[in-house]
Amino acid sequence: MSDKDPETPGEKAYWKENIRLLITLMAIWFAVSFGAGILFRDFLDQFMIGGFPLGFWFAQQGSIYVFIVLIFYYAWKMKQIERRYDLDD
Amino acid sequence: MSTQSLIYLFVALSFTLYIGIAIWSRAGSTKEFYVAGGGVNPIVNGMATAADWMSAASFISMAGLIAFMGYDGSVYLMGWTGGYVMLALLLAPYLRKFGQFTVPDFIGTRYYSKVARTVAVICLIFISFTYIAGQMRGVGIVFSRFLDVPVNLGVIIGMCIVFFYAVLGGMKGITYTQVAQYCVLIFAYMVPAFFISMMITGNPIPQLGLGSTVNDGSGMYVLQKLDSSLQAMGFSAYTDGSKSMIDVFCITAALMIGTAGLPHVIVRFFTVPKASDARKSAGWALVFIALLYTTAPAVAAFARLNFNQTVNNTAYAEAPGWFTNWEKNNLIAWVDKNDDGRMEVAKGDAFKGSPEFVAGTGKSGERLVSNEVLTDNANEVYVDKDIMVLANPEIANLPGWVIALVAAGGLAAALSTAAGLLLVISTAVSHDLLKSTFRPNISEKGELLAARVAATCAIVIAGILGIYPPGWVAQVVAFAFGLAAASLFPAIFMGIFSKSMNKEGAIAGMVTGLTFTFVYIAYFKLWNPDANIADNWLFGISPEGIGVVGMILNFAVAITVAKLTAAPPAEIGRLVDSIRVPRGAGEAHAH
Repeated sequence: MSDKDPETPGEKAYWKENIRLLITLMAIWFAVSFGAGILFRDFLDQFMIGGFPLGFWFAQQGSIYVFIVLIFYYAWKMKQIERRYDLDD
Repeated sequence: MSTQSLIYLFVALSFTLYIGIAIWSRAGSTKEFYVAGGGVNPIVNGMATAADWMSAASFISMAGLIAFMGYDGSVYLMGWTGGYVMLALLLAPYLRKFGQFTVPDFIGTRYYSKVARTVAVICLIFISFTYIAGQMRGVGIVFSRFLDVPVNLGVIIGMCIVFFYAVLGGMKGITYTQVAQYCVLIFAYMVPAFFISMMITGNPIPQLGLGSTVNDGSGMYVLQKLDSSLQAMGFSAYTDGSKSMIDVFCITAALMIGTAGLPHVIVRFFTVPKASDARKSAGWALVFIALLYTTAPAVAAFARLNFNQTVNNTAYAEAPGWFTNWEKNNLIAWVDKNDDGRMEVAKGDAFKGSPEFVAGTGKSGERLVSNEVLTDNANEVYVDKDIMVLANPEIANLPGWVIALVAAGGLAAALSTAAGLLLVISTAVSHDLLKSTFRPNISEKGELLAARVAATCAIVIAGILGIYPPGWVAQVVAFAFGLAAASLFPAIFMGIFSKSMNKEGAIAGMVTGLTFTFVYIAYFKLWNPDANIADNWLFGISPEGIGVVGMILNFAVAITVAKLTAAPPAEIGRLVDSIRVPRGAGEAHAH
């Protein structure tokens, strides 16, 4: 492993794209849990989704569903990026 | 068949299954023992991770906690699921690509330092033992509640079972047993939940039932009805919390980051074939976890609503069957403060501490307690929060086999988590201390034997902690998450995302984060518990949430120290490059 060549331009660009994707997805992760479920809960609670106040729904249900979508989207998107740079496993 | 014999039958069947799997999947090499050969299907691994993750506390206690915390219970729901996003996106694929067996392996190699590795081993052992003591106790409690076996004998039976498949099978045995355990525990959790949801809302899906109207013709939503009934009894509304926003924020963050830094969770992602499988596997793990974690808040709200309606202001003589049943099991107590024969539920504690039952019965036939009765509030009922799950089958009038299923499910949850923890402890001793630090020349066979001996010792210590629980066990679960967040997570994260982080920075950061968090939690939980109130907390952050501050300190110290000391050697830069790209994981792991 340690006698591998230094980072190639392709690897550099791949990593940059990965970081950009990570920042976007982690921002959504933060927004649905800490944002909607905690910081803006009082504001969101004036809206209802079925029998749930919206902020409460995000805190006890919605954020978890979004988490799942985020992981599978990341796995799918990364596979595409890796194929493009010919770095997939 | 009586419920009692059904319970024996179900528990015996499930144990036979686990032992059968253990014999079938014995580990033959250290690689099989540590990472199940590195060839586990990502969905199977996701299921095993879910069982590993969901402990006796998730299965038995969490819904009850949420039932009494309302909105504040969200810290557990978001905290114990959100960490999987961090794992899948920030840690798991890179650690898998790195291709070694343990978390200290990564920290020791990335920071080219035996000191860093040893610090990581110390963090790991401390975190894992804190966690496991609670699990063994959980096994004992399930045994005593359902099987009328003394708690200590229950712990010993649990030790024997875990010994069998953890020591024989290593990670390979554990993985396949955990798959079986997941199936048992999720089925046991969902069946009563479906029926309770059906009973209260007419909608069998608990996640939807929680947002539906109550089935009593009032047309009110479940949460509305719960809010108004609680407020009428003097509690705050269910959908409002009582914790401060900063505390909710920090506890949630500490649990999430702690989850991502827990060694027994991370190591599960070393068992899949490829880096891309590690991402997928984390997704599947969260799917399997979410099934229980989105059901729990529904069970919580239904149980609380049902409790208010059937217990409050009911004459003891007309109390529901489950109430007196669990009173017999010491989990419920009633003191008739105003001598009217009715059970009043209100804010506050009925009496000091947990019930000390004495012989004889009161006027209405209730069991008597010797505790000092608190007269500053009107509440007369003591409830152990665990009954919210344990009594569910009885509340919904379900047949005996469902109760038996819940018993088997609780045991599956406790055993699977205990086994996963034992494995990381034994691996840390045989691989990180013995092979990598003290006896590099040890043979493959010798290392495998050492791993088995270490696992045996760990089981015995865990069992002793379960039989003689030090008073602080229940108090320090916060330690496990706080310390993982403050010590291991930043070191791993920077090891992947920063090429300039060096050994001096990483060690200084880990030691700072660990010490700060340890001292803060120990001060409020062990040395001076009376001072554990919001006014005394740093920025209003409770000991449960302080791991976040420890983590920030860790990052700050590590970055500062790294700037002032020599850059890491060139081969570390190449190592980081190679773990950042997925290609080649198969080769790195082949031997």
